[in-house]
Amino acid sequence: MSKFRKKKKGMPAVNTASLPDIVFMLLFFFMVTTTMRETDLKLENPSLPSATEVKKLEHKSLVSTIYVGKSKDVARHGAGFNRIQLNDKIATAEDVPAFIINSRSKVSEAEVPFMTTSIKADKESNVGTIIDIRLKLRDVNALKISYSASKAVDN
Amino acid sequence: MARRENPEINAGSMADIAFLLLIFFLVTTTMNVDSGVSKKLSEKPPEDYVPPIIKEKNIFEVNINRNNDLLVEGDRMDIKDLQSTAMAFIDNGGGDGKIDEGVATGPCTYCQGEKSISSSDHPNKAIISVQSDRGTEYGTYLKVQDELIKAYSTLRNRLSKERYGIPFPELEDSYKDDRSNLELKKKVEDIKRSYPEIISDAEPTSN
Repeated sequence: MSKFRKKKKGMPAVNTASLPDIVFMLLFFFMVTTTMRETDLKLENPSLPSATEVKKLEHKSLVSTIYVGKSKDVARHGAGFNRIQLNDKIATAEDVPAFIINSRSKVSEAEVPFMTTSIKADKESNVGTIIDIRLKLRDVNALKISYSASKAVDN
Repeated sequence: MARRENPEINAGSMADIAFLLLIFFLVTTTMNVDSGVSKKLSEKPPEDYVPPIIKEKNIFEVNINRNNDLLVEGDRMDIKDLQSTAMAFIDNGGGDGKIDEGVATGPCTYCQGEKSISSSDHPNKAIISVQSDRGTEYGTYLKVQDELIKAYSTLRNRLSKERYGIPFPELEDSYKDDRSNLELKKKVEDIKRSYPEIISDAEPTSN
C-alpha cells in the first residue's frame, strides 16, 4: 500500500535548469541578426513608395545611402519634403560628390565599380531634388543607383 | 566551524536576466531588407556630343506634369494602362532592328505585336522617354518607372519561357548562383539583348 501512496504526493517541479540555455540561444540569434542604425535620421522616417519590380540590395558595405524627406527640425532646416541627408547631416545636392568620394575611399579600389547609391526618398518629395542628386552622381561616375521602395503585392 | 564545500550559486535568476536582454534585442531589432528599383545612369556625355537622330515613331514619350497626371504619346492616360501600352509599343516590331557591331539584326522574329508601321521598328530601337516636372511627386515618378520596367520584364519573361521553358527571373537566379556557367550566361544575355531596357530620363520641365 505504501508504494502507491507515495505517488500522490504533489506534482514534481518541472526542471527549469535548461531554460536559460534556451533563452540564451534565442538571445544570441537576435544579437547576431540585429543591426543597429548607424546614422541617426535628421529627417522623419521617409514613407517609401512601393513598387513591384524591386531587387534586393546586396553587399551592404558597398551601399551608400542618401535620404530625402522632411526635416524633423522644421525651424532649423525649413519645411517641405526636399531636405537631403548625407551621413548624419542635412546637406544640399552640391555635397553629394564629396559624400560619394568619401565613401569610395572606404572600400578597396576593385570594389568601386560595384558600389551602389541607394536613394531613400519620401514619396512626397519632388522629382527635381532627385534629378539634382542624380546629375551630381553622374558627375562623379556613381552610375548604379537604387530607388529604395517597399515591395508591393502584384495585383 | 564553517562548512568547507562551495555553496551552489543560485542560478534561478539567470533566466530573468537573459529574458531581459532578449526582450531588449527583440525590440531594437529591425529585420528590414533594403530593396529598391535599380537603375543604371548613363555616363556623362562629352562636351561635343551630338545626339543621334532617332525616328519619332521609335520614341515612346511619357510626360508627367506637376499635378501627377500622365500624358502618353500626346494622350492622357491612367497609370494602370501604362504597362500594356508600353508593351504594345516595345513589342510592335514594325521594321528592321538596329545594326549591332556591323551585323544587321533584321526584323523582329519573336515580337508578337501588331507590326504597325507607325509604332516602333524593333525592341532594340524602341526608346521610352520619361519627362517629368521638377514639381512632380517622387512617388508617381517611381510608379511610372515601375510600370515601364514591369512591361520589359513581362516581355522578357514571355520570351524566356518560349525559348528556354523557364521564367526569366528563375533563369537569372540560377545564373547568379553559378556565374561560371557559360551556357546560362548566354541565355541571360540573349534575353536581355532581345528586349534591352531603354528608359531614358529627359530633362525635366521646371515651370
